[in-house]
Amino acid sequence: METPLLDELEKGPWSSFVSEIKKAAKKSKKAEGLLGQLELSYKEKKTHWKHGGIVGVKGYGGGVIGRFSDVGEQFPGAAQFHTIRVNQPSGWFYTSDALRKLCDIWDKYGSGLTNMHGSTGDTVFLGASTDDLEDIFCELSAASWDLGGSGGDARTPSCCVGPARCEFACYDTLALTYDITMTYQDELHRPLFPYKWKFKMAGCPNDCVASIARSDFSVIGTWRGEIQINQDAVAEYAEKGLDIKFEVVRRCPSKAIKWDGVKLTINNSECVKCMHCINVMPKALRQGEDKGAAILVGSKAPIVQGALLSSVIIPFMKIEPPYDELKALIRKIWDFWDENGVARERIGELIQRVGLGNFLETIGIEPSAQMVIQPRDNPYIFYEEYYESE
Amino acid sequence: MATKEQIRDRKTDIGPPHYEGFLCPTIKRNYGKWRYHEILKPGVMVHISETGDKLWTVRAGSPRLISTDFIRLICDLADKYCNGYLRFTSRNNIEFLLGKSENIEPLIADLEKEGIPVGGIGRSISNIVHTQGWVHCHSSATDASGLVKVVMDELYGHFTNMDMPAKLRIAVACCLNMCGAVHCSDIAILGVHRTPPRIDHEKLPKICEIPSTVASCPNAAIRPIFIDGKKSVEVDEDRCMYCGNCYTVCPAMPIADPLNDGVSIWVGGKVSNARSMPKFTKLAIPYLPNNPPRWPEVTSAIKNIVDLYVKNARNYERMGEWIERIGWPKFFELTGIKFTKYHIDDFRYAGRTYRTTTQMKG
Repeated sequence: METPLLDELEKGPWSSFVSEIKKAAKKSKKAEGLLGQLELSYKEKKTHWKHGGIVGVKGYGGGVIGRFSDVGEQFPGAAQFHTIRVNQPSGWFYTSDALRKLCDIWDKYGSGLTNMHGSTGDTVFLGASTDDLEDIFCELSAASWDLGGSGGDARTPSCCVGPARCEFACYDTLALTYDITMTYQDELHRPLFPYKWKFKMAGCPNDCVASIARSDFSVIGTWRGEIQINQDAVAEYAEKGLDIKFEVVRRCPSKAIKWDGVKLTINNSECVKCMHCINVMPKALRQGEDKGAAILVGSKAPIVQGALLSSVIIPFMKIEPPYDELKALIRKIWDFWDENGVARERIGELIQRVGLGNFLETIGIEPSAQMVIQPRDNPYIFYEEYYESE
Repeated sequence: MATKEQIRDRKTDIGPPHYEGFLCPTIKRNYGKWRYHEILKPGVMVHISETGDKLWTVRAGSPRLISTDFIRLICDLADKYCNGYLRFTSRNNIEFLLGKSENIEPLIADLEKEGIPVGGIGRSISNIVHTQGWVHCHSSATDASGLVKVVMDELYGHFTNMDMPAKLRIAVACCLNMCGAVHCSDIAILGVHRTPPRIDHEKLPKICEIPSTVASCPNAAIRPIFIDGKKSVEVDEDRCMYCGNCYTVCPAMPIADPLNDGVSIWVGGKVSNARSMPKFTKLAIPYLPNNPPRWPEVTSAIKNIVDLYVKNARNYERMGEWIERIGWPKFFELTGIKFTKYHIDDFRYAGRTYRTTTQMKG
């Protein structure tokens, strides 16, 4: 097959996805079909995938996304090219044996093409035929893998590397992600929500999983108490050439740090726990010892009403098994969403529509000034209490 | 084909395998005990535990869309150098987790031999997060993997070196759905449609639900109508902002338009709370043509912005922090990007982005 346009994308130093499709195309008619169709897209500057199509496996409503070609006659291999989302392990840790097993299953039935990983976090198989879906799922299940979420359900939760390999993790992101995933298997596999719902567990305010931007329910690690300082290690950074005044002191957003050339001091009552100083001098500075997480809700990409960041509803919560407080909160929010959300309305949009104050009242959280950047600046207040003359 | 019995007997709702089975012995011993880390060189870091144990990480970029051959190759490398233990990052990088520092250089040599770049740690450009594009999506206005490839080719040296003021995070989304959530990246490349959907009045009543189609429009531009006695919808084209949301709900309203679809460039977002608060990306360039296979207009626009950032930003200053320090007028002046009417918000609460002070530079 001639692919002059795609061949241009095998040039240059960065790894080429075209070479990957070609490798797969040597073994799979499906991948060969994709290669041909993609070349056509590059020529015509348009997609050749039809809109969706409902396919799946028995007992599940999510996990498989139908994908049909509009040029299937020309490229039979691409005619049915469904996505299978496989729930990834917490933190995207694997062994080579586990990955090879997944490859064996996928080579047997599918195109041999994958995404490691999808935007939400799943291990993604691209290019399955409808007739093979049950077989693939049977083999995945027998090898202890399960499907992830899709549609109006709890999407596959994901998390940062956490305490497995990061000193900044303020709670066990991997454990919480696994626990939440197992607790909500039904919500994950059977779409019953108004729209998608994403959980992302970030171990610290650096937020390596973009929890604050990409999840309806963001659990972002933070701490209380004083940043612990190892003055010898501070001196070591200074000796090695770090300009502490410029790179650390002046970059502190709340001007809470002093450095006299010998001793570093932090006014912890001013600290907003942004992580900058700790990021720059991880050997010298450690977070306060009382660790937990802030809970924020509502972030999403633009569709439908515009992009949102998550906003704080619980400034600090201890995150420890069995996570009862957290799960009670999740259930209350889901109940509120079920009751009030319209079709395709994310929780963030619903909160914008009814107001954060009303949302908090319904789920039984006392409002606090930490939940806003500032109080309202318009006087259109819906007073609910007033005196009546006798 | 799976038999009825096989389907009946298979296990469901088992969830993913427990992560503990995938953690190397060094991680298991030091779980939650990591003390600090050091970046040793591009793509290599070491974590030191309070037990004194060390774990070396070698990070390598992948194109995300990878074949099982590629996965088997990295599995072989993981077997050879780190007992088969590896992980992936939130930006599609592969991380080899090494218990022995003497394996670092041979592993890097093997990776380079296979054409797999090593880098993406610290003050560098990490791998680009992206969506499916023409490879696998019905609503894409452009291809995502292709754009990633050409942009990373252009910026390759910033992945394999740590020569940036701070980390720089790039994301590509092939339409406004933004499955790649590009709305909080240092640089976002966003596929855009620029013309209203075309309505197939024959098909629409058969395959679409009219009320949900009407409700799908964020701008109330869709109205129910009758055409030759059949139910359909019409689009008030003056109100349409080409988001494609109606097409997601109703397949009879395709929005792809090869003549007009293209690419927009956004800058200055971040998700980290370090220093400044997380921020959205803001519009830099409203439209560049879709010019596959190598999108030269896009790569040169990105290179221009990145070069200016590298030259002018201070250490630890992310793209958005740099622009806020110098001011947006200066950003447009430096980059030579023309500021137009399109740069001024006109959606919900647009007025919050207007300048309500006489404080201005220049």
